[in-house]
Amino acid sequence: MHDIGLALQMVFDPYNLWVMFAASLFGLFVGAVPGLTATMATALLVPVTFFMAPIPAIAAIVSATAMAIFAGDVPGCLLRMPGTPASAAYTDEAYAMTRKGQTELALGAGLVFSAIGGLFGTGVLIVSAPALADFALRFSSFEYFWLVLLGLSCAIVITSERPLKGMVSLMLGLLVACVGLGNPAGFPRFTFGSTELMGGIGLIPMMIGMFAVSEIIRFAVDTSPQMLIVDQPIGNVFNGMWTLTKRYPMQILRGNVVGTLVGALPGAGADIAAWMSYAISKKFSKEPEKFGTGHVEGIVESGSANNSALAGAWIPALVFGIPGDSITAIVIGVLYMKNMNPGPTLFTQNPQNIYAVYLLFIVANILMIPLGWLCIKAAKQILRVPRNVLMPLILLFCIVGTFAINNTVFDVGVMLIAGVVAYVLEENGFPSAPAILGVVLGGMLEENFISSMIKSDGNLLGFFSRPIAASLGALTLSAWFLPPVIRRLRRLAGA
Amino acid sequence: MKINDAVFGVVLLALGIAVLWHVQAFAKIPGQNVGPALFPGSIAGGLIVCAMLLIVSGIRSRPRAPWFEGLPWIRSWRHVAAFAALLLATIAYILFSTSVGFLIVAPLGLAAMLVAFGAGRGTAMAVAIVGTIVIWYAFYKLLRVPLPWGVLERFAF
Repeated sequence: MHDIGLALQMVFDPYNLWVMFAASLFGLFVGAVPGLTATMATALLVPVTFFMAPIPAIAAIVSATAMAIFAGDVPGCLLRMPGTPASAAYTDEAYAMTRKGQTELALGAGLVFSAIGGLFGTGVLIVSAPALADFALRFSSFEYFWLVLLGLSCAIVITSERPLKGMVSLMLGLLVACVGLGNPAGFPRFTFGSTELMGGIGLIPMMIGMFAVSEIIRFAVDTSPQMLIVDQPIGNVFNGMWTLTKRYPMQILRGNVVGTLVGALPGAGADIAAWMSYAISKKFSKEPEKFGTGHVEGIVESGSANNSALAGAWIPALVFGIPGDSITAIVIGVLYMKNMNPGPTLFTQNPQNIYAVYLLFIVANILMIPLGWLCIKAAKQILRVPRNVLMPLILLFCIVGTFAINNTVFDVGVMLIAGVVAYVLEENGFPSAPAILGVVLGGMLEENFISSMIKSDGNLLGFFSRPIAASLGALTLSAWFLPPVIRRLRRLAGA
Repeated sequence: MKINDAVFGVVLLALGIAVLWHVQAFAKIPGQNVGPALFPGSIAGGLIVCAMLLIVSGIRSRPRAPWFEGLPWIRSWRHVAAFAALLLATIAYILFSTSVGFLIVAPLGLAAMLVAFGAGRGTAMAVAIVGTIVIWYAFYKLLRVPLPWGVLERFAF
C-alpha cells in the first residue's frame, strides 16, 4: 500500500504532469505528420529524457508514443497517408469513409478505441507482469539464454516476409553488440585501437540514426506527389461511439487481445498488430464485402489493436529485458541509463517504480481523449506544416541530441552511418527490427551463453538439463524448423 | 537504390570472413574452451552461411533483378541535391563544429539543407537562424549541453 502511495505521489507530481502534457502534444504532432513515426518520437525524446528523473523520463515516452499511435490515424483519414506505420493497415478504409462524408465517425472510432485498447493492454500488463516476474526469479542462465534466443527467433519469423533477410539483420545487430570491452572476458573486441569504441557503439546514437535520420533520408528522396487535404468540416467525433461499442463488442475484445499478444512478442509491434487485426476482422466479419469501401468495423478492431500492442510490448521489456517492439528497445536503453535495469528484481526491489509505470499508462490513455480531440480539431493546421522545413530542423535536433549524450561528435558519426545503413537495408527488404533487437540483446545473449557453457563444461546437452530451459529450447527450435516444414507440407499437399 | 541480393551476399561474405579471421587473434582463456572469440566467431559463421544463401537467391533472380537499379529519385537532381545536402551538412557538423563553433556551422548547414529541400531563400534564412537559436537555447542554456563555441569562444556566455 505504501508503495502505491509513493507511486501516486511520483505520477501526480506537478512537474511529471507537465512533462506528460508536453510529451503528449509532441506525440500528437509527430504522429499526425506523415513520415514521422512513434519510434522516431521516442528516439527524439531520449536526449531530453537523459536529463530527467526516471519516472518523468518514462512518462514522456509512454505519453508521446500512445498519442502518436492514435494521431497516425488523422492524416490517414484526411490525406490517405498514414501518419505512422501502425495506421497503414486501415488508411484506405478511413479515407474511403471520409469520401463518404463519415470523417467524424472514422476519427472518433480511431480515438475512442485507441484509448480503450491502450487501457486493455495496460490491464494485461498489470496482471501478467508481476506473475511472470515471480516465475522469472527462478531462471538461471540456461533459461535466459533460450528466452533471448526465442525472442530473437520470433522477431525474424514475424517481421520479415523473407526470414533470411531478417536473419542477416539480426546477425549485423549482434556483431555491432560485440564491439568494445563489454563482454564476459572484458577483452577489447573490434576496437582497432580507438578509445571511443572501447565502450561499444552507443545504443542511443544508433537508434536515433536508424529511426529518425533514415526517415529524413526517405523524405529527402521521396518522389511521390504531394497529397491534398480533404477540406470538410469536422463535427463532433464522439457521436455514435456508444452505438459502435454495442454493435462490435466481440471485435473490440478480439482487437485488444490480438494487439496485446502481438505487442508482447519480441520484434512485432503496433504496425504488425494492426495488419493482423484488420485481416482477422475481415475474415470473421458478417459483412466482409464492405471492407475497403469505408466500413468502420475494421477500424474499430485494428485501431484498438495497435494501441494495446504498445502496452503489451512493455511486458517482456520490463520482466525479462527483452523488448516487444522497437519503441521498447529504446526504452530498455533508457531504463539502463536511469539505473532501473529491467528484470524480475525490478518488481521486488523498487515496486513503487513499477506501480508508477502502470499509473503512467492509465493516465496517458485517459489524457488521450481530450488531447486527441484537440488534435483532431487542429488537424488541418498540423497537416499544413511544411515538411521540407520541418525535416532539416529535425536533423539538427538529432545531431545536437546525439551529441548531448556523451558530448562527442564521434556519436554523430555513428548516427549518420546507422541512418544511411538502415535506409539502404530497408529499401532492399532487410527489416530493421531484428537488427535493433540484436544490438539490445547481444550482450545478454552472449553473457548467458558463455556462463551456461562454463556451467555445463561445454556440453550443449546441458542447455536442456532443466525442465523450463528444455521447454524453452524446444519452443525455440520449433520456431526455427516448423515454418519451413509446414511450407513444404503445404506445397506437397497442393501439388 | 535497389541492389541485387547477390551483391549484398558478396559484401556480407567478405565481412563474415574478415570477422572470422580477426577473432583468431583474440586472447584465449587458459583452462577454458570458451573465450571472447567464441560468440563473434559463431555469428560470423552464421553470417557466412546467410551470405552464401543470398548469393544463390540473387543469381537465381538475375535477369529480372539487375545488379544495381537506380530508383526514380536518382534521375531527379532536386532529390539528389536534398540527399547530398543532408549528408554533407551532417559531415560538416562532425568535422567543423568543434573548431568553428555551433552557432556558425549549424545555421549554415541548416540553411543549405532548407534550400536543397525546396524552401524559399527568405524562409531558409529565417528558419535557419531562429531554429539554431531555439535549439541552442534549449540544449546549451536549459539542458547545459556544452555545445562548442569554436572561434566565438571570446564571446561565450
